[in-house]
Amino acid sequence: MSVLAVLEQRDGRLHKMSLEALAAAQQFGAELALPVFAAVLGAEIEALAGYDLAKVHVLEHELLKEYTPDGYTIALRQLIEKHRPAYVVFPHTYQVRDFAPKLATAFGRVLVSDVVAHRIDNGTLILVRQLFQGKISADMRFEGDAPHFASIQAGAFRADKLRTGTAAVEKTTPALTAEQIRTRPLELFRESARAVDLSAAEIIVSVGRGIREAENIPLVQKLADALGAELAASRPICDNGWLPMERQVGSSGQTVAPKMYVAVGISGAIQHLVGMKGAKTIVAINKDPEAPIFEVADYGIVGDLFQVVPAIIDALAK
Amino acid sequence: MKIVVAIKQVPARDSLLKVNSSATWIEDADLAWEINEPDAYALEAGLQLKEKQGGEVVVLCAGPERAGQTIREALAKGADRAIHIETDAAADPLTLARTMAMALRPEKPDLVLTGLQSDDLGYGQTGVILAEIMGLPHATLIMNIEVEGSFIKVKRELEDGWFQHVLMPLPALLTIQSGATRLRYATLMGIKKAKSKEVKKLAAASLGAAADGSVRLDRIYLPEKTKRSQIFDGPPKEAAAQLVEKLRFEARVI
Repeated sequence: MSVLAVLEQRDGRLHKMSLEALAAAQQFGAELALPVFAAVLGAEIEALAGYDLAKVHVLEHELLKEYTPDGYTIALRQLIEKHRPAYVVFPHTYQVRDFAPKLATAFGRVLVSDVVAHRIDNGTLILVRQLFQGKISADMRFEGDAPHFASIQAGAFRADKLRTGTAAVEKTTPALTAEQIRTRPLELFRESARAVDLSAAEIIVSVGRGIREAENIPLVQKLADALGAELAASRPICDNGWLPMERQVGSSGQTVAPKMYVAVGISGAIQHLVGMKGAKTIVAINKDPEAPIFEVADYGIVGDLFQVVPAIIDALAK
Repeated sequence: MKIVVAIKQVPARDSLLKVNSSATWIEDADLAWEINEPDAYALEAGLQLKEKQGGEVVVLCAGPERAGQTIREALAKGADRAIHIETDAAADPLTLARTMAMALRPEKPDLVLTGLQSDDLGYGQTGVILAEIMGLPHATLIMNIEVEGSFIKVKRELEDGWFQHVLMPLPALLTIQSGATRLRYATLMGIKKAKSKEVKKLAAASLGAAADGSVRLDRIYLPEKTKRSQIFDGPPKEAAAQLVEKLRFEARVI
């Protein structure tokens, strides 16, 4: 029985959420008195040998150099069948969302995805995840036999709490043939160079669905101008083409940590929160007092943004 | 090309949600319902592909009787027919995908599309699980689909503004990223036609899928606040003045 953290790397570098998932695995291991293992696929990450881990598994194969859901699932299935961990923990990245449900299904299990917190109840691990775009929380519990699978949302565990140590590294080559891999990954590319670097902004005013129509965006621009702020948006605004994609904050956009972040008409789904909750001061304006954005806000105004925003602009002028 | 689009009916986005007395689910008797928005993009992708390639679009939806309304709306937008798996239970994604696979196998689709996640349970897994159960290759967060003979070339969204093309054989399953295209509205003609389109009803229990026993939802609750927020809920002018004062003299950010 053990905890296995499956970490994501690209070009020999760990994904930023991987260390948080490793911290989660260490914490679960300490609280449940289980040894903790880590696994990476495709390349060795030397830094992993410097953490307090029972062992680091490196799965090497010509066919694992590039990520494919088939290759990763087959390789990890062999590792899990051999070592029988009780818990398998992933960072909740786009890549993990692509293969981890397939891996869990191969074991007849449900992956508890997007975990934001945990606690131990009578020796049993309870994982907290969000429903309804963050409006509701749910306590999940594993039933039946191991292995149990969970993916960890960004910011839920702290990488700076990782315990260092020395870990042995074991390299294995999974049994994998080219015919087993049905999808062929082609080139990686970016659409255009990013003209707007939101991470450099001291103040960001960000707009969400509450703005209702593209014609109303200038109202929020006015507030941004009054504060000397950059204008940003949640995903739906950019999806609608009301602001360019390069102004999007969240898991699929930019991650920012300005001095002040003003969220206007943004409900605060987890995909948005992970991109901005590092801001020093967070202000939320929303008509729904239960909107999850208020959970991370330092200051909030509950009200109609079409009245509140002009009132703030007036108050700033005084 | 036979395209199946799996859609879900979820509470309308601006719904005020209340937890039921046993803390097992939300009070859902008086809610308004709509198509899960990511699934609306999957439907749009399916309809556009049919317009280019020919063939048919079949809508697959598991839900109680009220889901019939969402199915009719999908038919009004241009889907050719529908399969309605009738079930009252809000299933975990594995049980749901097993049930859907039972209904889908006789259809032998060339392509199965669904949204990247549901706005209610938000697992973001049903499509991937369905692919594994049906033995199909899959790709997630797809922005664009090009058919190249018996293969498709898809554009996947990665993190931090990166994309990747992936080549895969048909039949296959894709989960569609929201926002890649504009959504169409149903026309009056479409709404009229939808009334006569076939909706095959299957009772979930009759499909005989095994229920998952690996996870249990213990209870649901309103999220606990992690920060002590100062909330101003007075008249807008007053609230704005209070906020600006706090920002100037307490947070000192302006």
